[in-house]
Amino acid sequence: MRKEYLKIDQINGPLVTLKGVDDVAYGEVVRIEDTSSGDLKTGKVIKLDGDEATVQVFQSTSGLSGQDSVTTFTGDAFEIFESPAVLGRIFNGIGEPVDGGAEIYSDKKYNINGAPINPLSRRYPRNFIQTGISSIDVLMTLIRGQKLPIFSGNGLSHNQLAAQIVKQAQITGEDEDFAIVFCAIGAKHDDEAFFRKAFEDAGVMDHVVMFINHADDPVAERNTAPRCALTTAEYLAFEEGKNVLVVMSDMTSYGEALREISSARDEVPSRKGYPGYLYSDLASLYERAGMIKDHKGSITFLPILTMPNDDITHPIPDLTGFITEGQIVLNRDLELQNVYPPIDILPSLSRLMKDGIGEGYTREDHQDLANQLFSSYSKVIDVRDLAQIMGEDDLNETDKLYLEFGREFEKQFISQDYDEDRSIIESLDLGWKLLDILPETELDRLSPQLIEKYLPSKRHADK
Amino acid sequence: MDKAVITGINGPVITGKGMKDFKMREMVTVGDKKLIGEVIILDDDDGTIQVYEETEGLKIGEPIEPTGKPLSARLGPGLLKNMFDGIERPLEAIQQFDEIYIPEGVGLINLDEEKLWPVEIMVKEGDLLQPGQVFAEVPETELIRTKIMVPPGLSGRVEKINRQDKYKISDNVLTLRTRDGQEIDLSLVQDWPIREPRPSKTRLEPGLPLLTGTRVIDTFFPIAKGGTAAIPGGFGTGKTMTQHQLAKYSDADIIVYIGCGERGNEMTEVIEDFPKLIDPRSGESIMERTVMIANTSNMPVAAREASIYTGITIAEWFRDMGYNVAIMADSTSRWAEALREISGRLEEMPAEEGYPAYLSSRLAEFYERAGNVKTLDGDEASITIIGAVSPPGGDFSEPVTENTKRFVNTFLGLDKDLAYARHYPAINWMSSYTGYLDLLEDWFDENVSDEFIVLRNKMLDLLFQEDKLQEMVMLIGEEALPDDQRWVLTVARLIRNGFLQQNFFDDEDTFVPLEKQFGMLDVIDRIYERGLEGLQKGIPVSQLSNADLNDKIVKMKYTIPNDDLSGLNTLKHEINSYYDDLFEKYK
Repeated sequence: MRKEYLKIDQINGPLVTLKGVDDVAYGEVVRIEDTSSGDLKTGKVIKLDGDEATVQVFQSTSGLSGQDSVTTFTGDAFEIFESPAVLGRIFNGIGEPVDGGAEIYSDKKYNINGAPINPLSRRYPRNFIQTGISSIDVLMTLIRGQKLPIFSGNGLSHNQLAAQIVKQAQITGEDEDFAIVFCAIGAKHDDEAFFRKAFEDAGVMDHVVMFINHADDPVAERNTAPRCALTTAEYLAFEEGKNVLVVMSDMTSYGEALREISSARDEVPSRKGYPGYLYSDLASLYERAGMIKDHKGSITFLPILTMPNDDITHPIPDLTGFITEGQIVLNRDLELQNVYPPIDILPSLSRLMKDGIGEGYTREDHQDLANQLFSSYSKVIDVRDLAQIMGEDDLNETDKLYLEFGREFEKQFISQDYDEDRSIIESLDLGWKLLDILPETELDRLSPQLIEKYLPSKRHADK
Repeated sequence: MDKAVITGINGPVITGKGMKDFKMREMVTVGDKKLIGEVIILDDDDGTIQVYEETEGLKIGEPIEPTGKPLSARLGPGLLKNMFDGIERPLEAIQQFDEIYIPEGVGLINLDEEKLWPVEIMVKEGDLLQPGQVFAEVPETELIRTKIMVPPGLSGRVEKINRQDKYKISDNVLTLRTRDGQEIDLSLVQDWPIREPRPSKTRLEPGLPLLTGTRVIDTFFPIAKGGTAAIPGGFGTGKTMTQHQLAKYSDADIIVYIGCGERGNEMTEVIEDFPKLIDPRSGESIMERTVMIANTSNMPVAAREASIYTGITIAEWFRDMGYNVAIMADSTSRWAEALREISGRLEEMPAEEGYPAYLSSRLAEFYERAGNVKTLDGDEASITIIGAVSPPGGDFSEPVTENTKRFVNTFLGLDKDLAYARHYPAINWMSSYTGYLDLLEDWFDENVSDEFIVLRNKMLDLLFQEDKLQEMVMLIGEEALPDDQRWVLTVARLIRNGFLQQNFFDDEDTFVPLEKQFGMLDVIDRIYERGLEGLQKGIPVSQLSNADLNDKIVKMKYTIPNDDLSGLNTLKHEINSYYDDLFEKYK
């Protein structure tokens, strides 16, 4: 029988402090029963100082009083049960089922904090995932085992984009060995409904595990929801051998929850009030993606975050970009011009694509073509600035062609329908077709051999 | 004596009591799991410890045990070709505890104690040995002979040599009798406290460049052997890419690569790629000369703080053998953030952006461990530090970049716009600088050409002119400029695309010898000078700029092989004959 404590000394937001405790372990799970209402709350020890323990409570502390409560220290770390039966289930932010189904029973129990993967045990990700979206496949290729966030803004179509990737990514192809872990952190009910419908439409619901923390759910659960989701993903990937795609939305809510708890703890803030350990904390989530040597499965991680005020230098997108292997950045101007998906290709990047494309993976011309498209499109932006000042008519011929290239590139290449699934070859050929608008002398990133072989005007001229 | 016990736990920071006899910076083990920690504050009976492993599960009252020595690096054969965590525990050995993850409580393991090494003893009985003197050598890899030295501060006569066929690192090699009659056994290893610089005889002025094969660095912003450089850049600008490139191809004898708080997959990439890469100078795998430290972003934060010191201590040990060592720290910002995190847990008064007030002195201490020196054994040897900096939002005015700038001599600023246009390496020639040009001038004069520095300055000046002209172009368009300015723009474009831009994925272009770098600039200079001639003859710039010729110049990095530069001369002839013909027409 474990000791019960009948008094809480201090309650401050999600934090409660108890004095006179003994034999308490750092990080152990705490149960608090509110005897006046009968509610059972869960928490975790986050600081020990002598006989004083500070506990972070995952549910709301309103209504809790210092006297009418019974606190038990369970002696266990925060662990959740895993079994293949988690597929198709819905849980809350602390891993309890909320779909009316039974609890998960299993002899396998995992600490939700996980442990850092030994870099020597990792397998470097090299397998290309075709998403069917030209801009992603050609310019910021998604690789199996990659962590590639979507940097979005409020009201942009990031949900649609994520859903389209889930639907079309060949991760959900023929083989049955895939799973999707969806984690909503402080998400709107609408967002959750949207994804649920998207999964149903794609007919993959049996392969989905959902962890839901709604915008009106307790803040402290936002801290555990992604950890429960990633623990499940690790189990499915590295023990069950599945290729797991983790979609998480919205990382900004996660960061804000962290800030809220940090300020309740009177910690020294760094940028914009976020705690100094925001980077390490985010890394402890993102770094759980990857592949392991001699193991079959993989975790591909697509976190979504909304940049406050569309500012990419805000601490959350900024620190995320330093940890993840690239980013897909959405742009409000494109969205306003009805370009879907509104991907701003210049700041977007996939760090792993260099090793997963080219001959033997996609096609020999892939890297050079991508470089040329990036470089030409960045010239388009310069020419547009110039046209703003001088007027389009006064531009020289080459610059006018750049403007045309820019328009067509956005219209044909970046834009596509929500259910349009293009093969990588189609996408690459489309890139070449658009480059043909420009004079050949402008194609300085492509070798004469590639131009000869792939540029449509050349190919036809030869025939 | 009371046993020391834990009284408080807050993340990686532990407080304890009963610690009166502990020493500052002493290494301790914490709790029943024997986690490794270091004493960072002592206050009478109380003490504060930073712990290098996950502290979850620790309880108040669990024991804290002293080890009697400061946190040290174990220096001996077995470092090369190996990868360690921030406190020098080999990641391969950790795999025996857990196949996938890094568990806590692994304990203090470092170099392989069982491995047998062949040893060549360089001294005989009766020899008088000085501090730092080499007494034995171990052929550790194909490339590197690891020299075994008398520890600093120790000297004496060789009393006895213990001859064995092969030695484990802790086996006695010889016994030294000091002047006061003490007998001291020396083995292949020595321990050195990581926070204390190893001594050398004198500091020397750097005079050799660290050749990297990257044109923008070698030609425009060279780094001296024994110098310091910083590579700051926002995410996606190519810091790690540049660091990897330097680790692969710079002409140092030893590379120490510290992955400090960065991505796990980047370290995996290093482990998978480096063994396959052949050093263009020695013909051996570059792994043969590399030591790696990996404390990725999700590994414990206190060990991230220590990793920088572990790395530099290892580097100093190789320097003491007489080697030129280059150390890449990616990224020093993560290390500074680790300082900030621990400082926050200690409730210290923060200075700028939450960083502790001692940030700048710690940075200075680190960069000052670089240098070109005369070792205790009398050799000239060096440590070059190249630190990546990750400024939040790519803003170079933040505290870590600002303070780093004060202590480094070469600054290679990475630029977001260049990276967006996929101009790599995205080193901005306007914001970068080097303080080593004067020191290296003699070397360049002698080994490349006495024209080299002149040409470099001339080309850099063209780029500066271009930058000014670009502002004009943005307002009125390029066509509206006078011809001589348009010619500057044309040539500057050739320098950017043909010279500054370098393709690290191309076999020929990934590493370019200085001779070719100079040759390439010379070709560009030729076209510039001939064009100026043409302008004086009143030939319009549209005629002076020939698309075919420009294309050849931009592609010369691919078409002219590094080992046969005759193509550069052919290209110069082509340029000459093109302009001769053109001038003929306009006569």
